[in-house]
Amino acid sequence: MAARALIHVPKTAKKGEVIELRAMISHRMETGQRQGVNGEAIPRDIINRLTCTYEGVEVFSAELFPAVSANPFVSFYTVAVQSGVIVFTWIDDAGAKQVATAEITVS
Amino acid sequence: MRSAGLGAALLCVLIGTARAAEIPAAQRQSGSAFMSEATRAMQADDTSNPGMLSVLEGSALWNAPAGKAAKSCASCHGEATASMRGVAASYPAYDERTASPIDLAGRINACRQEHQGLEPFRRESAELLALTAFVGNQSRGLPILPPNDPRLAPHLALGKEIFDRRRGQLDLSCASCHNDNWSGRLGGSPITQAHPTGYPLYRLEWQALGSLQRRVRNCMVGVRAKPFEYGAQELIAVEIYLNQRAAGMNLETPAVRP
Amino acid sequence: MAPREMTATLPAVRISRRSFVAGSAAGLFIMSLPRIAVARPSLDEALVGFSGGKPINDGRVKLDIPPLLENGNAVSVTVDVESPMTISDHVRRIAIFNEHNPQADVIVFNLGPRTGRARVATRIRLATSQTVVAIAELTDGTFWSSRASVIVTLAACIEE
Ligand code: HEC
Ligand code: HEC
Repeated sequence: MAARALIHVPKTAKKGEVIELRAMISHRMETGQRQGVNGEAIPRDIINRLTCTYEGVEVFSAELFPAVSANPFVSFYTVAVQSGVIVFTWIDDAGAKQVATAEITVS
Repeated sequence: MRSAGLGAALLCVLIGTARAAEIPAAQRQSGSAFMSEATRAMQADDTSNPGMLSVLEGSALWNAPAGKAAKSCASCHGEATASMRGVAASYPAYDERTASPIDLAGRINACRQEHQGLEPFRRESAELLALTAFVGNQSRGLPILPPNDPRLAPHLALGKEIFDRRRGQLDLSCASCHNDNWSGRLGGSPITQAHPTGYPLYRLEWQALGSLQRRVRNCMVGVRAKPFEYGAQELIAVEIYLNQRAAGMNLETPAVRP
Repeated sequence: MAPREMTATLPAVRISRRSFVAGSAAGLFIMSLPRIAVARPSLDEALVGFSGGKPINDGRVKLDIPPLLENGNAVSVTVDVESPMTISDHVRRIAIFNEHNPQADVIVFNLGPRTGRARVATRIRLATSQTVVAIAELTDGTFWSSRASVIVTLAACIEE
């Protein structure tokens, strides 16, 4: 099943306003510490990085470890500097990327 | 044996306090009323409610053409916001074809088989949960309105009978906990009144979405009884009874529970 | 209070949730049974690793985490650091570490002046009752931290 992401970016903001951004993605965040029903080790498989760019400039990133909950959720802030695109990128242990974008209008 | 001793202790307590009374309508409360502030906040905001990821998945499945005729759910039902509003509030319902009750997940699978010509989704599969959550979400905020169908009456009676019957090594009925001790706690967890308002829901314990049937099966395992199989008529009967018991309470799909 | 002994206030008995479900799900409960008992750094070693040996001060950091958790699988955590978040004076990094999970690291947030406000939130897994620490690195090279101890109760009625 494809990963699904839910992001929250205000549609509009005043220039200089500090806005909250939220990002959540579907991922089981397999810790690598569990066993399957037959005792076999379930290999680690997590999202290990989230980055956020604002009109191409990285404004935030996070490194995630297995202790982050399944379907990882992160909230943080940024300054609304100009109208443009905000891009969230999640990277998993296999190097696969998931991307979600939102536009913001700044006046 | 530790467990047997515990069973006896628990049993005594519950017999001692048994009121065997149903919860008066004015005292009914959704499971969310018993949750911590943090868990309630998680449910309340769609961008922090992990159940919404499945709703999103369900919305994609709703629009995806499937089967020989390449028909999507939307090809026949159009916009779910209109066509599915209120539908989940009246399930389980009576199914003419099988002359038996059917729950929402079963109804969705029936469409998949009959109208899309596909194998049914496995019960509790991510896809079936996602579609059920998506359809259920269209009724969020609407009161549970059990169908007024006399053909359901024997199943409702069976559901109530199951709810009230003691079972398992601990010899407890659903009612022992959920009618008589709902304000109590068990191993740190509030017992709650067992209203089915939020299903399918995201349970932190599961780290995933799950159905009302899964939740009821968990409680059966809790008293160390053999749980009914997924899709069994007994489980659907319990669903019917839980819905009747919660008639008029608002749906909150997808809820979050510990 | 030990986590597994949380009260069951069905009148007058104490029931541990573990005995209620006697061992069911034990093999699947996340992180409760580490497959390999890997040596992990202690909480303090992890913090020193993060600060590169620089002293860690108390204060400036507010760690918001419920003291009594309904379930360790998704614990809401918010960290707030006092900072003007200007180009010359801001929080560079905020990290969260734990005492008793199989691994000490939880998450590291990289911030900058464009962050505007040094407040982050996430949801984390805590295998058992323990201490959790949030630590912040500022542009002046100082480190600040705050700790909280949490009690994890486990859910009743789970599957086999
Ligand atoms: C070819 C057309 C067709 C397709 C495709 C289809 N359905 Fe249906 N669906 C129907 C019809 C017709 C009914 C009602 C009559 C009946 O079959 O009982 C129905 C009934 C339903 C109901 C019950 C509505 C109620 O008011 O009780 C649900 C829920 C439902 N469909 C969901 C779905 C979902 C989800 C999908 C996609 C997986 C889907 N359907 C695909 C034709 C379709
Ligand atoms: C020994 C006490 C006990 C018995 C007996 C019991 N349950 Fe439960 N039930 C609980 C507890 C405790 C919870 C909630 C706490 C948790 O999340 O673990 C719960 C939760 C539920 C919920 C979830 C409600 C919500 O808000 O989502 C339902 C539904 C439910 N039970 C139904 C049943 C049914 C049906 C039976 C009988 C087959 C039953 N329970 C038997 C203790 C019990």
